[in-house]
Amino acid sequence: MKANVWTGKNSVEVLDVPDPRILDSRDVIVDVTSAAICGSDLHLLHGFVPTMQKGDVMGHEFMGRVVEVGSDVQTLKTGDRVVVPFPISCGSCWSCQQGLYAVCENTNPNSWMAEKFFGHSTAGVYGYSHLTGGYAGGQAEYVRAPFADANALKIPEGLTDEQVLFLGDILPTGYMGAEMCDIQPGEVVAVWGAGPVGQFAMLSAYLLGAERVIGIDRYEYRLALAREHVGAETINYEQQDVLETLRELTGGRGPDKVIDAVGMEAHSPRPDYAYDRVKQMMKIETDRPFALREAIMAVRSGGVVSVIGVYGGLVDKFPMGSVMNRGLTIRSGQCHVQRYMQPLLDRIQAGEIDPTFIISHRLPLAEAPHGYELFRNKLDNCEKVVLSA
Amino acid sequence: MSNDQTIARSLGYLSLGLGLSQLLAPRQFAQTIGVRDRSDTTTLVRLIGARELLAAAGLLTSRNPAPWVWLRVGGDLMDLALLGRAASANDNEQDRVSGALAGTVGITAVDVLSGLGVSGQNGNGNGNGHGHGASNGNGRSVAGSGIGERIQETVFGGKPVRKSITIGRSPGEVYAYWRQLENLPRFMRHLEEVDELDERRSHWVATAPMGMRVEWDAEITNDIEDTEISWRSVADSAVRHEGTVRFVPAPGGRGTEVHVELTYQPPAGPVGVAIAKLTGEEPEQQISEDLRRLKQVLETGGVAVSEATRGERRLRQRPAQPLEPGESVTRGASPVGAR
Repeated sequence: MKANVWTGKNSVEVLDVPDPRILDSRDVIVDVTSAAICGSDLHLLHGFVPTMQKGDVMGHEFMGRVVEVGSDVQTLKTGDRVVVPFPISCGSCWSCQQGLYAVCENTNPNSWMAEKFFGHSTAGVYGYSHLTGGYAGGQAEYVRAPFADANALKIPEGLTDEQVLFLGDILPTGYMGAEMCDIQPGEVVAVWGAGPVGQFAMLSAYLLGAERVIGIDRYEYRLALAREHVGAETINYEQQDVLETLRELTGGRGPDKVIDAVGMEAHSPRPDYAYDRVKQMMKIETDRPFALREAIMAVRSGGVVSVIGVYGGLVDKFPMGSVMNRGLTIRSGQCHVQRYMQPLLDRIQAGEIDPTFIISHRLPLAEAPHGYELFRNKLDNCEKVVLSA
Repeated sequence: MSNDQTIARSLGYLSLGLGLSQLLAPRQFAQTIGVRDRSDTTTLVRLIGARELLAAAGLLTSRNPAPWVWLRVGGDLMDLALLGRAASANDNEQDRVSGALAGTVGITAVDVLSGLGVSGQNGNGNGNGHGHGASNGNGRSVAGSGIGERIQETVFGGKPVRKSITIGRSPGEVYAYWRQLENLPRFMRHLEEVDELDERRSHWVATAPMGMRVEWDAEITNDIEDTEISWRSVADSAVRHEGTVRFVPAPGGRGTEVHVELTYQPPAGPVGVAIAKLTGEEPEQQISEDLRRLKQVLETGGVAVSEATRGERRLRQRPAQPLEPGESVTRGASPVGAR
């Protein structure tokens, strides 16, 4: 079959690889109909996530039809249409029972690597380095989905792929970002990053009762999307001083809750950007936490900093003094997607959410590398690329 | 091939690598170890390189590695002397020289132990690459018969390894699974087979580092239902091995804390441990992985399998892409079958 394969730093190619087959009785094989390129795929592309290996099949946002079912699979049958969440949950361990699916204790066969990097292991993830298990990803014609009963969400007929594809990652991720803010009536929420996850975080902040939502980015087309489709106010950080503008917009208080939807490859026009960039290149720090630092400084005292942008390792010059002295709460996490899929599917079915507004490019799988180019260089107003297999 | 001879071969490859880099890139080599480039440095490094290649040729081709290992020991002493002199010359990079010195001290230790090992085997008349570390009729390992090994055992005792994991099953369930010793190979990767001979005695077959195989008999020394099992290898075993596993109820209804304490003497003693560490087969890491697999089996019904690992801990992994038709997954995965 064809699959989009990581072939080295800054390089992906669509290559022929073997067809997946059932390796465990709890697996299903999914004939992928749609897959998406995620912002975190760019971190992999750029080589910022350790333990990538040449030949790894990319992709953790995908959906399709079940074409083969392992003998112990109870709830799925051939022909079912499914969205598969990016973190692989076993459904049985304590973490899964607590709803902490992204830190499932049993699905990462490389937990020893994750323990070295993170102290404790995280769940297995499709197409997302060997640190998260080394599972082949879904930017491919077919994919093997392990522990299928605990993960795959059946999609009723009548909904298009584009309406439900993002249930596997970015819609729940944005939603969880807002949910972690514990938004109270009258509150102002600021979101760093107006990429796909940032857009969904802004949208969710409104759904969860925010009075005002402010989006921060440097791409005018992304800010326009936030204004027009989400109804957010916006700040272009290349034209405005973010801290100053936020203070102004909130009567000096600062936003009550802030969401970092940027992560480890943040940009900034300020001189400390060069400092972080250089340290990252020299591998002295792995992540450039510029958005996170700014979010911490911006939030009101006693506020919440919700981190859904992806970080890989170590950050530098972290304003812990601000966090501690002003009583901030940091909440974060890879999204526990399984928690949110069904309720968000219900909202999509009810017409309360239409996630398709972020899609800017539709390409065949064979043009995946071009999709990565568009997305990473923000060409042609690229917001989200959907691949059809 | 016995353990000591395998180590001798590994030393041969080390010599080969070192010798080639010293002969072909003497300046860079001197720089790496922090020695300033003087008029005679290049020649000296090249001579040392030639000596290494001679040792490599001997170690990799000769049926009796002993003299070549001792050649390496002689070379080590010479290197130590040279590095000692370099360390006192203040125009060298002292940090690098100290590093090289420390490394050489370590390698010298490995060479000496290996030399004692291979010489000891020849003294017993059973060296030269026959046997493969398996037990002979007396239950004593061929590899375990070297003088070096006996010295190692006296000098370095087996070090206990402790590991714990919490499993979401009752102490009774976890105890029952473990007490059925035949289950152990399902989650202990280095075990090929455990046969229960009677209530207390069992026969164990394991793979050892670098593709070798060892067997021994063990007996259960303490068995408290749902609480604790202790065992140890019988007196004349090739592998000295003892262990205790305790099953303690975890707080908050989280199942069972499994606490394992193992002491075992790997076939090649501390050298074996050093090599095992380099190849990622060090006991502490292995036991930790074994416990993870036990948790996977008891909580989910099988070991988790990804394309890169095929269900096993691997340092050099295959890419995360679907398996070739002939490639298989580890035992312990839930039985495969399509409905």
